[in-house]
Amino acid sequence: MNAMVAFFKSLSLKELRAGMAVTGRYFFGKKFTVQYPEERAPQSPRFRGLHAQRRYPNGEERCIACKLCEVVCPALAITIESEQRADGTRRTTRYDIDLTKCIFCGFCEEACPVDAIVETRIYEYHGEQRGDLLMTKEKLLAVGDKHEAQIAADRAADAKYR
Amino acid sequence: MFDAIENWMQAFGWLPDGLITLLIILLKIVLLIAPLMGAVAYLTYFERKVIGYMQVRIGPNRVGVFGFRVWGLGQPLADAVKLMFKEVIIPSGANKGLFLMAPVLAMAPALAVWAVIPFGSEMVIADINASLLYVLALTSVGVYGIILAGWASNSKYPFISAMRSAAQIVSYEIAMGFALVGVILAAGSLNLGQIVAGQQGGIWQWYWLPLLPLFVIYFISGVAETNRAPFDVAEGESEIVAGFHVEYSGMPFAVFFLAEYANMILIAVLAALMFMGGWLSPFEGVPVLGDTFLAESSIVWLLAKTSMFLFLYLWFRATFPRYRYDQIMRLGWKVFIPITIVWLLVVGVLVITGTPPWFDVA
Repeated sequence: MNAMVAFFKSLSLKELRAGMAVTGRYFFGKKFTVQYPEERAPQSPRFRGLHAQRRYPNGEERCIACKLCEVVCPALAITIESEQRADGTRRTTRYDIDLTKCIFCGFCEEACPVDAIVETRIYEYHGEQRGDLLMTKEKLLAVGDKHEAQIAADRAADAKYR
Repeated sequence: MFDAIENWMQAFGWLPDGLITLLIILLKIVLLIAPLMGAVAYLTYFERKVIGYMQVRIGPNRVGVFGFRVWGLGQPLADAVKLMFKEVIIPSGANKGLFLMAPVLAMAPALAVWAVIPFGSEMVIADINASLLYVLALTSVGVYGIILAGWASNSKYPFISAMRSAAQIVSYEIAMGFALVGVILAAGSLNLGQIVAGQQGGIWQWYWLPLLPLFVIYFISGVAETNRAPFDVAEGESEIVAGFHVEYSGMPFAVFFLAEYANMILIAVLAALMFMGGWLSPFEGVPVLGDTFLAESSIVWLLAKTSMFLFLYLWFRATFPRYRYDQIMRLGWKVFIPITIVWLLVVGVLVITGTPPWFDVA
């Protein structure tokens, strides 16, 4: 008996009409699309985009070649070579991040004891040739120099949670 | 209008009569196919737009015309140009002749059916007596294109898809045919123009009311027949990638696409003609509006009704998840066919007893 009732109820297509009512309502609803080049989604100060190497205010590069980032990198994207300078400090001679390997996990940034390697908010970049996405030390420092104000502000905003 | 053109051509004197007839027919075909292809192109646009809106997105809105971004209305043109310039890849294991013939076989019936579709009491290319039979016959032929595509691709997923769509279309053809038998019973004619003429007299005179179950079943079967969601197991992206057109690219793919959308429009037009009074106005015989232009029957009404059904197509696709294959078969054989047979009896009784307001005149 119940099966009969259920059968005739199903003929009224009630569930189907309920489903169509839902999509019909959303048809007139507010749209959430962010129209990318004109509009941007909001970013957190912790945003993990393109990498940068920072300098101290006196112009000296922060990186001391401790290689913690190289060790912690799960994608093995970082390659570091170092030597001792004339003044006795240890500095990198080579600091490469292969962006084609990088998974933007942010571990290098967290491992760094001197806040030398950081990830910036930059996410619009591309490479046109082989090697364009291999970030050398010079390129990383250049990014850092260009966006130091933003990077410092983001670190300051996030400092109390660290 | 065509008489005037014929007279004008005869005035030349040197054109043979046969050629003039041919030219007139060609002109009619162009006048039908060109707007149809335009409608197909823009149906793809509206599909993306409507489904986008129902998914709280805004759909394509970038491609404009001549630098003006008019809600993305240039999108179908851009798509067409892209498809035309894409390389046609023929798989090395494919049967080349059949592979290239399949899209043609899908497209030709989808266009040929339109010859008997009336757009007004006089606006029809071929006013044949058994036009409904012709429509049924040609829509069935369309499946050969899909089966051949699946076979000639010499690839597994297309082959599975061809088998699925063959079984599905055969099953739903029966339910669809029975639903149309109801219409034939009610109208007493196989001619689409006369079927529309039988529905004269306002919205309550149309066949959708006495034939309501048949109307619903016809449209749902039509959705299944055109392999559209939620009956699109033949394409089934999540299981068999794109089904029968996995191996197709460029223009052959586009032709399949055009055929599918032309068939969608066809089902919508047929539903409008047979159940919703075609070009008849819904306000016929209404006291106040009866004398205004609203009560005039015109092609505008037919197009409005067709658009309504096309919107339903898109609405279905945005709402329902894909049917499982055995559920499709169950629905076709165990639900639709029994219901149509039962309702055929009801229609028969209604017609014999001359139940007003639908069947009292005849």
